[in-house]
Amino acid sequence: MPASDPPDFEALASALARALALPVTEETLPGVATNLALAYRLAPAFLDFPLPDTLEPAAIFDPRPNPVVAP
Amino acid sequence: MTDWTRESGASIAGAVRAGEITARSIVERHLDVIEARNPLLKAFTDVTAGRALATAERLDARRRRGEALPPLAGVPFAVKNLFDMAGLPTRAGSKINRDRPASEVDATAISRLEAAGAILIGGVNMGEYAYDFTGRNAHDGHSRNPHDPERMTGGSSGGSGGCVAAGMAPVALGSDTNGSIRVPASLCGLFGLKPTYGALSRGGSFPFVTSLDHVGPLARNVEDLAMVHDAMRGRDPRDPACWGGPAEPLAPQIENGIGGLRIARAGGYFTRLASPQALAAVETVASALEAWRVVDVPEAERARAAAFVMTMTEGAALHQDRLRQRITDFDPEVRDRLLAGAMLPGAWYHRAQVFRAWYKEAVAELFREVDVLIAPATPVSAPLVDQRVFTVEGQDMPVRANLGIFTQPISFIGLPVVAVPVWPATGMPIGVQVIAAAGRDDLALRIARHLEREGICAARVAD
Repeated sequence: MPASDPPDFEALASALARALALPVTEETLPGVATNLALAYRLAPAFLDFPLPDTLEPAAIFDPRPNPVVAP
Repeated sequence: MTDWTRESGASIAGAVRAGEITARSIVERHLDVIEARNPLLKAFTDVTAGRALATAERLDARRRRGEALPPLAGVPFAVKNLFDMAGLPTRAGSKINRDRPASEVDATAISRLEAAGAILIGGVNMGEYAYDFTGRNAHDGHSRNPHDPERMTGGSSGGSGGCVAAGMAPVALGSDTNGSIRVPASLCGLFGLKPTYGALSRGGSFPFVTSLDHVGPLARNVEDLAMVHDAMRGRDPRDPACWGGPAEPLAPQIENGIGGLRIARAGGYFTRLASPQALAAVETVASALEAWRVVDVPEAERARAAAFVMTMTEGAALHQDRLRQRITDFDPEVRDRLLAGAMLPGAWYHRAQVFRAWYKEAVAELFREVDVLIAPATPVSAPLVDQRVFTVEGQDMPVRANLGIFTQPISFIGLPVVAVPVWPATGMPIGVQVIAAAGRDDLALRIARHLEREGICAARVAD
């Protein structure tokens, strides 16, 4: 769950960009930070929702090899 | 004299099959409209005129030989430019992708539609990499709404909506990850089908969020949606998520009426941030269907949030190499969202997928009590092309992120939806979602056809 006290998203985005080697510049930082802040604002809606520990994610994984497709 | 650019695909096919008009003539008339209207509307990015005329000539030759022609004979169609078209690079709305080699083969959807007699006339504009609800595109120009070119088409299948509303094609294919068929259908006053997840093959289309990506048609009537769906259905090894769609074709079922169907309005979340026009459109449709019951879709707001985070994360993962290598070639509005998506914790993505599993079952429970839900497609009708914010209930909402607030919780679990257009006495149209349980695309189409037959919903070619 994100912190209840919102972080400085420009500082957070700047630090994450360095850590993840993402090409965020001084010019693009405000836009990236705005989008990061939006995700942090929305995410608690499902992060806080109680779910059973045994529930599997919805993504479907099929262990069989994909059929060969002719180009 | 018939203006064939205002006719439905079904009508065109009937006339071509009966020999009342040649396929070549149909194609030429639509190419004329494209030439006249596309410079302003920016719907088409690639017009495949030579290919279309050659395909039409082959159809006409078959008819001259006395062969029976297939069901979509002579029906021109366009595709969002994320579908592979042989001989062209697949743009996916981007500058970057047009440097890729030309596709060697068509997308499955194109192959199947052409096998059914339809004629590809080109690729159409879209929001970059489909991360868009507006129809804006920094590289190819913004799609403009044929009913008012100062207004947006909606996106990301903006060119698909624009070309059908302008009479450039009776049918266009789009893709819908979070609402990208239903939003332009709403803003351009068209019918749009987002089928059940995996029903129609995405083979040979450029992905965005594979967990959520769908493909489907936009058209000016319900029969065309069903006929195109039927021509596209069937399993496809090129798309691992494709299960082949309904066993029976849908077009023969659309006239089955609505008798006995339990129809309800979606309340709660689906009414809170809807404009008066959106609520009035739902009221119009629900009243015509005598749908008085109101139900809450459980935890729809959380579903929208989870879809939002999944989209950011999967989208960023897909494009991480391009972000590092070609950052200056992205549309800035898309770039910033993808970069932010690359920074989200993996645990959030996993939790969103677990929530999705829970939500799917919760909504399936609701569909044991009702057959069809009615909800707004978009919170507002078409904003101005450069408009950044719309206001509902005193709340300012960024256009790009919020045009899909009512579509996202539905596509999140892959339910079939037909967006139907409602026109006010004056002004721009707005869409209503007709939502059914997974695999019951037939019910959504039957309701849409009933509304069309009763004159409640209709699409128009813009003058």
